[in-house]
Amino acid sequence: MKKMNRRTKTVMLAAAILLILAAIAIAGLVMNADSYGPDYGAKKLAPSAAHLFGTDYLGRDMFCRTIKGLSNSILLGTAAAGFSACVALILGIVSAAIGGTVDKVISYLVDLFMGIPHMVLLMLISFAAGKGLKGVILGVALSHWPNLTRVIRGEVLQVKNMQFVKAAQKLGKTKTQVAYQHIFPHVVSQFIVGLILLFPHAILHEAGITFLGFGLSVDTPAIGIILSEALKHISTGMWWLVLFPGGLLVLVVMMFDKLGDYIRLLIDPASAQE
Amino acid sequence: MGSTLLRMILLLFGVSAISFMLVISSPIDPVEAFVGSESNISKEQKEIVAEYWGLDQPPLQRYLTWLKNLFHGDMGDSIAYKKPVTQVLAERFATSCVLMLTAWLISGALGFVLGILAGICSGKWPDKIIKTFCFVLSSTPAFWMGLLLLVIFAVNLGWFPVGFAVPVGKSAADVTIGERIHHLILPALTLSITGVANIALHTRQKIIDVMKSRYVLFAKARGENTWQILKRHGLRNIAIPAITLQFASFSELFGGSVLAEQVFSYPGLGNAATVAGIKGDAPLLLGVALFSVLFVFVGNLTANILYGVINPQIREGTES
Repeated sequence: MKKMNRRTKTVMLAAAILLILAAIAIAGLVMNADSYGPDYGAKKLAPSAAHLFGTDYLGRDMFCRTIKGLSNSILLGTAAAGFSACVALILGIVSAAIGGTVDKVISYLVDLFMGIPHMVLLMLISFAAGKGLKGVILGVALSHWPNLTRVIRGEVLQVKNMQFVKAAQKLGKTKTQVAYQHIFPHVVSQFIVGLILLFPHAILHEAGITFLGFGLSVDTPAIGIILSEALKHISTGMWWLVLFPGGLLVLVVMMFDKLGDYIRLLIDPASAQE
Repeated sequence: MGSTLLRMILLLFGVSAISFMLVISSPIDPVEAFVGSESNISKEQKEIVAEYWGLDQPPLQRYLTWLKNLFHGDMGDSIAYKKPVTQVLAERFATSCVLMLTAWLISGALGFVLGILAGICSGKWPDKIIKTFCFVLSSTPAFWMGLLLLVIFAVNLGWFPVGFAVPVGKSAADVTIGERIHHLILPALTLSITGVANIALHTRQKIIDVMKSRYVLFAKARGENTWQILKRHGLRNIAIPAITLQFASFSELFGGSVLAEQVFSYPGLGNAATVAGIKGDAPLLLGVALFSVLFVFVGNLTANILYGVINPQIREGTES
């Protein structure tokens, strides 16, 4: 095989990661509920060929539960990060493009939300939503926008003072036209990278808040719940309940991180031409 | 300086208002949470309690009342612990403080050293190992790290207790300092390890920047070795941003301690927040939230002030 150049290699790697993540998400969606249900004939089994990740105290196959949980995490994380990123994009552009009082109010809100520790904010939102699944989704979706808003606002402020934007303004275009036609295309690459880098955060926070016992019933396979059950039974020495689900979670988070890096390499003008 | 302070105070008010609104908009009925779900008091009695607590008043009125009482040092009573919230906070913070302070110091020192090591060996194998290590760490949730340590050191090796801050079934007076430290090691280790990645990567980048600079090139030409260059030109340049960053990381520190305390059943503030959230203990949740905001706020303020005080460039800049 011919040696690939760097850009092709990056594209291939990014595609491979995307494929794996999509496969996990879909595998969880189409999975038969029986495959991770209790099987009282196969309780507390150590990992083997039949049960790759072993089984727990109810005989549930941990491999299937983990995949189902990760699938839920990926879907939830994607939805929540997407929502947060859209909020950030709109607020960021509005804040920088209009300026004045609007900018002050939005910046104040960003500071406000960043002043509350993320975990505490998640708890507050999920408490306000009456706990449950709704609380987790709302919490993760509503708490990830401030950082990205700040990044996009900074980016827009930079672009705003460039020659071509000033020229457009002098040509008599309205503020909305300038924002949409001249500023937005420049911010969109930052936005996409920021969006993908939000996923790992969203997934980790979702796992954290469910681990604490907020939201999602105990039977739902979610990584946070699997691990909090493992904690309850930790003194029984079933190490596989801890190692595999958590390890896979870390792998998924790392893959999202890498994906963000690769996509940055691909769309950042400074490195895209290599 | 005055305007910064005003801004900060405005922020504190905003945060308290948001937390208050979030907590009272919860569908969890505070009266029911207070009496417990089993007891069957009549609807009229419930209304009397609700009226006594002022639950029938508009939200703004309730916020102002809460704020007024807050300034008098009264944050209400915790439902879960049946004690005044201020008392719970004080007890819990003492326990949490030890944990967070230890972890903060260890992660700062370890991260700084690892960062310098990686930066000096940039591109060689120590750098690659440290970079990979930090990359994996930054994707690792604090609670999983805690669980792993628990499985290895507490369950399999049996070196450390499985949880709690003091031995189970011993009265507080009998607990020795040694026992407290023994219970502290694993949670503190968990929290330290998860805090290392950030500071290490930051320091590494700074060292690489310094090593590329003209004055280091000149120092090399003068015949200084790596250690001398590091001591004379590197450390001072890197220490300031690193310390600032470490102070600004109070928010993650608190978030991490919530998770770590849950893993080790360590009776600190984070644990209280979890209990409050799950049992519908609104006053306590609000108290912890406000406290955590104050905690982060103090961290950021210190970072701001330190940045001005230690950094000679900024210090002179403000005077002129």
